[in-house]
Amino acid sequence: MKFGILVNEGPYQHQASDSAYQFAVAALARGHQIYRVFFYNDGVNNANKLTEPPQDDRNITRQWSALAAEHDIDMVVCVAAGMRRGIKDELLAPGFHISGLGQLIQAGIEADRLVVFGD
Amino acid sequence: MSDTQETEGKQRNVKRFMFLNRKAPYGTIYALESLEVVLIGAAFDQDVSLVFVDDGVYQLKKGQQSKGIGQKNFSPTYRALEDYDVEKLYVERESLEARGLTAEDLLVPARVLGAAELGALMEAQDVVLSF
Amino acid sequence: MSVLHTTNKSPLRTRDLESCLRLSRAGCGILLLEDAVYGALKATSAGAKIEEAAKDRRIYVLGPDLAARGFTPEQLVAGVAVVDYGGFVDLAAEYHHVQAWL
Repeated sequence: MKFGILVNEGPYQHQASDSAYQFAVAALARGHQIYRVFFYNDGVNNANKLTEPPQDDRNITRQWSALAAEHDIDMVVCVAAGMRRGIKDELLAPGFHISGLGQLIQAGIEADRLVVFGD
Repeated sequence: MSDTQETEGKQRNVKRFMFLNRKAPYGTIYALESLEVVLIGAAFDQDVSLVFVDDGVYQLKKGQQSKGIGQKNFSPTYRALEDYDVEKLYVERESLEARGLTAEDLLVPARVLGAAELGALMEAQDVVLSF
Repeated sequence: MSVLHTTNKSPLRTRDLESCLRLSRAGCGILLLEDAVYGALKATSAGAKIEEAAKDRRIYVLGPDLAARGFTPEQLVAGVAVVDYGGFVDLAAEYHHVQAWL
C-alpha cells in the first residue's frame, strides 16, 4: 500500500514529527511504500539542516534525511509555509525539497491513505 | 454513493477530500493555512468539502476586524470560495449551539448539519486533511 | 471498514476526544496516541466514556506512548486494544481512511 504522510508541527515542540517518523519506519518495515512526506505549517522546520539538539537526544531532521536516503522517499517542504518561516533552499537538510501545496493534494490523490500528524 | 458514481469517480481519479477545521482564526495560523490548501486544491478538480467543527465555526463568524491585532482579515476569502467551485461548506449544529451562534452569524451560506449527519458525511470521504 | 479516527490530546486538557466520540459512528476505529493515551486509563474521568464507546467502536491505544508515560496496559479500561506502530500501520491500511482530530 502507498502511504502519504502530512506533518504539521515542527520538531521537538510537539511529538507529531516523532510519531510520523515512527509510523513511516513501521510502514516500510511492513513492506508498504511511502509515496510522499509533506511538511506544512510549522512542520517545515523539520527540514532545517542547522538543527542541533543535545548529543544524547535524537536529531529529528537527520532521522528524516537518513530514512529518505535509505528508502528513496520524496520529502516535500511547502514553499509558502517555508517562506513564511524562513525555510529556504539553502537551509534544507539532505532529502528535503521545496515545492507547492499541489504536492500535498497530489499525495492525497495518488496515495492509498493519507495520514496526518499535528497538534 | 452508487456503483455507477463510484466507477465514474475512479475513472476520473476523483477523490472525496474533506478539510476538517476545528480551530479558531488568528490565535493560531491553522485556519489561514488550511484555507491556502483549499485554494490550491480547488485546481485539482476533486470532490471537496469543508467542515467546521468546534472552534472551527469561529472561522466563519461575520464581522471580523483584525486590524487592531496587526493581522490580515482573511475571512472574505471564504466568500470567494464559490468562484473556485468549492461549494460544499458544512458546519456542525452542536458546535454552533455550544457557542450561542446560528447560521445567521456566518459570513457564508454553509449547510448546518447535526452530529449524526456530519458523522455520516465524514465516513463517506476518501482523504481527510485536518488542521 | 469505515474510518480510523486518531486523537492525540489528553482529554483532561482538550475536548478533542469528546468531539471525536460525538461525531464518530458505530463500526469505526479510534486510535489514542501521544497524550490521548491518558484518556483510556481507568483512573481518569474520560475512562468511562472510552469504555462506553468501546461497545460499538473499536478503541486502540498506542502502546509505546502508554509505556513512555509510565503506564501499563493493565491500567486501561476494559475493551481497548494496545497496538504498536506496526499495528497502527495495519489499522491505517485496514480502515478506508484515517481522520485525525487535531
